[in-house]
Amino acid sequence: MMNKKAIGAVAVAAAAALALSACGGGASGGAESAKGEISYWLWDANQLPAYQQCATDFQKANPDIKVKVTQTGWDDYWGKITNGMASGTAPDVFTNHLAKYPDFIKTKQLVALDDAVANDKVDLGQYNEGLAELWVGQDGKRYGLPKDWDTIALFYNKKMAADAGLTPEQMGSLSWNPQDGGTYEKAIARLTVDKGGKRGDEPGFDKNNVAVYGLGLESSGGENAGQTQWSFLAATTGWTTTDKNPWGTHYNYDDKRLQDTIAWWASLAEKGYMPKLETTVGANAADNFGAGKAAINSSGSWMIGQYTGYKGIDVGIAPTPAGPDGKRASMFNGLADSIWAGTKKKDAAIKWVEYLGSAACQDVVAAKAVVFPAIKGSTEKAAAAFKAKGVDVNAFTQHVKDKTTFMLPITDNAAKVSGIMKPAMDGVVAGKTPASSLTAANEQVNALFAK
Amino acid sequence: MTTLTKQPDPGLSAGGPQKSRKRGKPAADFRGTGDLKTALFFIAPAMLGFVLFYLVPTIRGIYLSFTEYSILGDPEWIGTRNYERIAKDPLFWNALGVTSQYVIINIALQTILALGIALLMHRVAKSTLVRGALLMPYLMANVIAALLWFWMLDYQIGIVNQLIEWLGLPRVAFFGSEQWAIPTQALINTWRHMGYTALLIFAGLQAIPNNVYEAASIDGSKAVSTFWRITLPLLRPVLVLVLVVTVIGSFQVFDTVAVTTAGGPVNATRVLQFYIYQRAFNEQDFGYGSALAVILFLILALVAFIQMKFLRGNQSDLD
Repeated sequence: MMNKKAIGAVAVAAAAALALSACGGGASGGAESAKGEISYWLWDANQLPAYQQCATDFQKANPDIKVKVTQTGWDDYWGKITNGMASGTAPDVFTNHLAKYPDFIKTKQLVALDDAVANDKVDLGQYNEGLAELWVGQDGKRYGLPKDWDTIALFYNKKMAADAGLTPEQMGSLSWNPQDGGTYEKAIARLTVDKGGKRGDEPGFDKNNVAVYGLGLESSGGENAGQTQWSFLAATTGWTTTDKNPWGTHYNYDDKRLQDTIAWWASLAEKGYMPKLETTVGANAADNFGAGKAAINSSGSWMIGQYTGYKGIDVGIAPTPAGPDGKRASMFNGLADSIWAGTKKKDAAIKWVEYLGSAACQDVVAAKAVVFPAIKGSTEKAAAAFKAKGVDVNAFTQHVKDKTTFMLPITDNAAKVSGIMKPAMDGVVAGKTPASSLTAANEQVNALFAK
Repeated sequence: MTTLTKQPDPGLSAGGPQKSRKRGKPAADFRGTGDLKTALFFIAPAMLGFVLFYLVPTIRGIYLSFTEYSILGDPEWIGTRNYERIAKDPLFWNALGVTSQYVIINIALQTILALGIALLMHRVAKSTLVRGALLMPYLMANVIAALLWFWMLDYQIGIVNQLIEWLGLPRVAFFGSEQWAIPTQALINTWRHMGYTALLIFAGLQAIPNNVYEAASIDGSKAVSTFWRITLPLLRPVLVLVLVVTVIGSFQVFDTVAVTTAGGPVNATRVLQFYIYQRAFNEQDFGYGSALAVILFLILALVAFIQMKFLRGNQSDLD
């Protein structure tokens, strides 16, 4: 272990020395740094073919550079990147996440792209509104070029909805409030069926023997600000996760509007309309939907392929319900490609990142219909590609058109906040603790920012 | 990784080199330095491994426990602040409680079952095939065993819950409910380790000379009283060794938790090792993680010391 670390340290030092000397040699860098092999990492296996295609096209245009694309599952991805940074083996370029990049800036692991953007005249206006600004750190420097975005919608089982007498129009115009749940709760109750065939809104419904839940449950969402679980509800009440975004320093989990939202949501499990949290350990919410055990699942646009891929299930996609103020809300998350500060091929890496952020690559991604690319024109092409596959993605794109999105909270200490909020939120959703207990967790979270 | 997870081991292995040094010294005196070079040559591989992978990481871990360190960047000395924070950390105390609960269930069941199996191996099951079969679970990687059970005990699709439902009983959320999560994991590891533990005890049984038993049966001792009055007392040193080793192993439970519940539901399975991993590797707080690891090391050293001292593990009644 020690000797490996020592070698790692030497490698980092060597890399730093190289990087420094490259900087000293002039803005454009030496020829060595502009050719050879660079490594590129991403976590989503569904997107691997698209980016492999981008790499092939890029290599054709730049015969001096070879791009090695590696896909690693989300669970291991960040650990491997961090360990790689410490030992000098991190990828030159990698897919970065808003919740993770503040820590990388703090430890100076990312290359600022401002000079490259200025020199190569990258048009930041080509991206969907707000995406490029997400990657500007507190120091005012830019650490990533946007590659895609995602919003939230409701996937529902069309046959179950028809059986329950719910039309696609009704599903597309649901409303919600934290007191009685509005037509959203009515639809969920109606779609819930117990083993005796009684619906959730009928007398004699047996909440302890449910065959189909109206709403599926993935997790309590405590670790990711309820991105796909409850953030689209809480935000319609006017609640925001932090005092400001990005770079907030105060969390608002003690706010009554949030706590009422969570209390309402957790009550669905109590009423038998949603599975109990304890039954979700080890289970996959999407697969349960695919197995016909849930009628509605709220999820992100990156899951379109998965939800529309289940055999024998006709899937509809409805927008998230409108809140008390009559407006919808969806968390807006965008990924970007970043360059590791320890790279020995900085110039080649910059070229590759600019290519990933260009319409040439994003149109390739769009054609594969897996995610929504960051560039406006490519987004439209992706929507068309989804349509050609028979999937109507309006429920996702509508949020961007109507400007009803809000940004994923970007703060320091993201991992520690998750570490505190997950058990706290689990307790509430499991019905073990009241929603007011989130106030104590919120104090712990805010204490992280106090020092 | 090695720095943290292997840390408690030096305490255990420290006994090894010390003992051999005591024995080695007089020999060196007698034969002069001629053999020293050869001896060093043979000790070197083990010594090198010990120093490189145990001693140095342990010392470095202790040093890091007094720092704030995020792996990227340099450790910053903050004195005993990590330890002060741990004393006030409800999650640490929770982890200690949860881990103890796991150890008690795991060790109690495992030792009793292993002793029973060892007796059966000694008296009844003399076939190598049967004895070998008992070791099968132990040959499986921890993670694989955990995942297999995770799947079999699943609330929705697990075969065990199918059976329970056929019996007309309500399904059990083995991993999902706070009451069941720790007992379930303790039972899985009991299942995996009891064959191996039985093998260790079995070796101890074989070391008890037959003439003791012959004398007992001549005096008219029944099987039960022979067990309580002869087998168990003479087995004590082996049992103590088995207990020390299994308790230490049990305190270090990690992989089962990591691949199944990851500390949840709420904090029900946030055992010490998993909490250390969470603080160090997920939250990049290696200083705090190291301080927790040092505390675990001290707890284990204390537990092992108490066991050796009060169960007189280093003395045998056979002499």
